[in-house]
Amino acid sequence: MPRARVLIRPKEGILDPQGKAVERALPALGFEGIEHVHVGRMVELDVEDPARLGELCEKLLANPLIEDYEIEQLDGAA
Amino acid sequence: MRWGVLQFPGSCDERDAVNACERTSAEARLVWHEERDLDGIDAVVVPGGFSYGDYLRAGAIARFSPAMEAVSEFAAAGGPVLGICNGFQVLCEAGLLPGALLLNESLRFTCRQLDLIEESSVELTTPEGGKVDTRLSIPAKHGEGRYYAPDGMLDELEERGQVAYRYAPGQNPNGSARDIAGVRNERGNVVGLMPHPEHAVDPLTGSTDGLRVFEAVAAAGVAA
Repeated sequence: MPRARVLIRPKEGILDPQGKAVERALPALGFEGIEHVHVGRMVELDVEDPARLGELCEKLLANPLIEDYEIEQLDGAA
Repeated sequence: MRWGVLQFPGSCDERDAVNACERTSAEARLVWHEERDLDGIDAVVVPGGFSYGDYLRAGAIARFSPAMEAVSEFAAAGGPVLGICNGFQVLCEAGLLPGALLLNESLRFTCRQLDLIEESSVELTTPEGGKVDTRLSIPAKHGEGRYYAPDGMLDELEERGQVAYRYAPGQNPNGSARDIAGVRNERGNVVGLMPHPEHAVDPLTGSTDGLRVFEAVAAAGVAA
């Protein structure tokens, strides 16, 4: 069964306090020059019919009001 | 008048909700999340706590439960529904209420007594003709209660009188857009809020203002 990966992130422009917290912690560890950190989720799954992935994301994996998602097919099967 | 209070794996405020309903002189019973039968129930509470581990997003899985399918039909028929905290998140995820709840701006769990301003489309007056105090003292306790909707949608909600409760000025605990603590659907029969009216029903704990929230929702049902 084809394997896919879905990346979900907060929509542009929505305050992402998790990303901000990570960003603020980095300089203390000596990591300078890092900005615009966003924290999201990744879901990996095997899917019989990859054509349905979009619908799956809209209905459950992401909340389209607050999140953007990207679908990656992992093993080249279309 | 009989309330049904849903119970998910992870609910923890459902018994307080039953108690609150009973203090408004109504009857109440718990409805297990696998039940699909709301016969004999006049109003529903989707209570606070957690649900199904709140995996993915708070409320995202609970909306697919048999009990929530029944609640969607109940709401579509005009039945009054009150969602509290996790219940509010569930109703938003289910599309029964507009908007979404995000992690608190502070990233901290907040737990405090605060003042809510009740926004009613009806002008309330006391028997003496005075203005009714619309400030309610109610506790809030959540980590994911920052109300969000795009600006255009917020404008529409305000125009249509769909903002049900706001945090009093300076008391917004989570960074909610426009201090919104609770909203109603366009028809007015589904109401959700983050603070917990079921914890403000006994003088012992400092406030009985929560009862008003239950009474208001019970009265908001649209005659089927």
